[in-house]
Amino acid sequence: MDTPIRVLVAKPGLDGHDRGAKVVAAALRDAGMEVIYGGLHQTPEAIVEMAVQEDVDAVGLSVLSGAHMHLFPRVVQLLAAAGAGHMLVTGGGIISAEDMAELSKAGVGRLFGPGATLKELVDYIRAEVGRRRAAARSH
Amino acid sequence: MSTIETSRGTAWDQWKAAFDLAGERNAPFETVSSAPVAPLATPADVAGTDPVADIGLPGQFPYTRGPYPSMYRTKLWTMRQFAGFGNAHDTNARYKFLLGKGQDGLSVAFDLPTLMGYDSDHPRSEGEVGRCGVAVSSLKDMETLFDGIKLSEVTTSMTINSPSAIVWAMYLVTAQKQGCRLDQLGGTTQNDILKEYIAQKEYIFPPQPSMRLVVDTMEYGSKHVPRWHPISVSGYHIREAGSTAVQELAFTLADGFAYVEAAMERGLAVDDFAPRLSFFFNSHVDFFEEIAKFRAARRIYARRMRDRYGARNPRSMQLRFHTQTAGCSLTAQQPLNNIVRTTWEALAGVLGGTQSLHTNSMDETVALPTEMAVKLALRTQQLIGYESGVANAIDPLAGSWFVEDATNRMEQGALEIFARIDELGGVVPALEQGWFQREIGKAAYKYQRELEAGRQVVVGVNRFVDTEEEAPMETLKISMATERRQNEELAEVRRTRSAGKAAAALERVATDARASVNLMPAFMQAAEAYATLGEMVDVLRAEFGTYREPAVF
Repeated sequence: MDTPIRVLVAKPGLDGHDRGAKVVAAALRDAGMEVIYGGLHQTPEAIVEMAVQEDVDAVGLSVLSGAHMHLFPRVVQLLAAAGAGHMLVTGGGIISAEDMAELSKAGVGRLFGPGATLKELVDYIRAEVGRRRAAARSH
Repeated sequence: MSTIETSRGTAWDQWKAAFDLAGERNAPFETVSSAPVAPLATPADVAGTDPVADIGLPGQFPYTRGPYPSMYRTKLWTMRQFAGFGNAHDTNARYKFLLGKGQDGLSVAFDLPTLMGYDSDHPRSEGEVGRCGVAVSSLKDMETLFDGIKLSEVTTSMTINSPSAIVWAMYLVTAQKQGCRLDQLGGTTQNDILKEYIAQKEYIFPPQPSMRLVVDTMEYGSKHVPRWHPISVSGYHIREAGSTAVQELAFTLADGFAYVEAAMERGLAVDDFAPRLSFFFNSHVDFFEEIAKFRAARRIYARRMRDRYGARNPRSMQLRFHTQTAGCSLTAQQPLNNIVRTTWEALAGVLGGTQSLHTNSMDETVALPTEMAVKLALRTQQLIGYESGVANAIDPLAGSWFVEDATNRMEQGALEIFARIDELGGVVPALEQGWFQREIGKAAYKYQRELEAGRQVVVGVNRFVDTEEEAPMETLKISMATERRQNEELAEVRRTRSAGKAAAALERVATDARASVNLMPAFMQAAEAYATLGEMVDVLRAEFGTYREPAVF
């Protein structure tokens, strides 16, 4: 039996719109995951420090301010530099399909926009973390 | 039993039997706020409602039918589209475009660094400059923003909260430099810090010094800028954060009363400042629920202002409000549907008697709106105002058993929430305990689960979903070049201003902050010396400290 999936949910940057982050945090908790809610107005550095300290499987970021092209890649780079490149970086916000494609190339996992369901993202995190855990075991 | 039930007992029984026989389609029959809706309203539902004392006439207490006697027969609502992006040059061009298309007033959206009191060149601003509004770091940006727009001839609404007093000071100085007098200026600063702690979360300082800044603007405005609305008490963000309609109504009015109490504690007379208070509500998808909310808001406010705060001037009892259609009701899927949603949300605002209106653009779930999308949103208001005929009669839904009953229920629900807030010790203690935040969070999560269970229907998202891929829309793009250009201009401001004057003005801000005197004159002096927003906020951060919320979900 695998240990529960641990997820850090946080909002990087200056944006305070936390409806999505909180709804997602509640849904992940109700799906049996251990959720660390990192709160608002966090720098990428602070988020990475929390992720490493809490030894999470995934980092879920919510950005509605348009600063996603700056913030998501920054978290991915800092995680890699901290030796935590195995952690899944996912999230959502007001992000165009074009930007999502570009962020995917930068190593960001799937991003969820308006209209995405909680089930979709729970299923995605389970599958993706499961895949990454299995890959780590087979090494 | 009600009059209709007793007097038409047989008819009612017959109707009920026939209704039951017909059966109901498979739907929850609830509002978007999960409030149950009965199939039929009759006079019995409003038997306790007094047509004079509870409904009255427009412009008469308790103003249920509107704050003014003639409403849209004299003048349609102000069509005011919120706009701002990139730097002050970009936004200045958008304003001239909107004024050219028949918009009546301006409404400034600031970017997040500005809203959080950071200059564009602060490390925390990186990647955020000009993204969701215009960057304003110094008086120079404010002068550029209104270049060629005479501020005594337009009214301007500015959505700014924590650093509101500073940004307003920059606006006032800009107007003075254009040759306008302060008593000619009309407009609104949002300046509603309480809903920032509760919902939108763009706070800087702790509640007490923040409330002091708000009261400073109320005091300064009542003496020197008498046409200005120093606060727009806002439910919009509370609703967008996930509250129900009745929570939006009650939390917003409770915030409004907290400002009234704070100003009265300062020694201001209620009739000296209350005539300039204004409100800002969301208009969501449930048409009648929204109309009931607007009508109830006016009635509750009038009664409390008169009975609890001793207002005597009718203008102190008249709730005036701006409306924005619900951003959170829009969908990224089938975005053209958003035009239709926005239309009836706007219509609800108009039938609810709004004083001004912003209609959202169809592409806002993806990015800031394009010029084409903004024009269509403005045209939506013009179509309602000039073609639909709804503005011909004042409060045409009054006396509808259904609407009056819904209005009563809204009022009752809000009064129950006020009692709960009182139990918690008032608005500030309740928000410090995270109570509002938890209530809103619970409502948002409940809605999302109901949506996924199909109890709430959103066309294009969980019903009538298109299977084919949608063509990507053209969207407005803000490049990193905006940030670089903005920072170059800011460096130029720092280089060319008098360093001595700026430093002396900042020193006065610190002194006045400690001395508990009204800070507006110090902010205006600092703005005039081209001290930046970030420099002024840094001084206040040192004096007031910063706030961190209890992180709850």
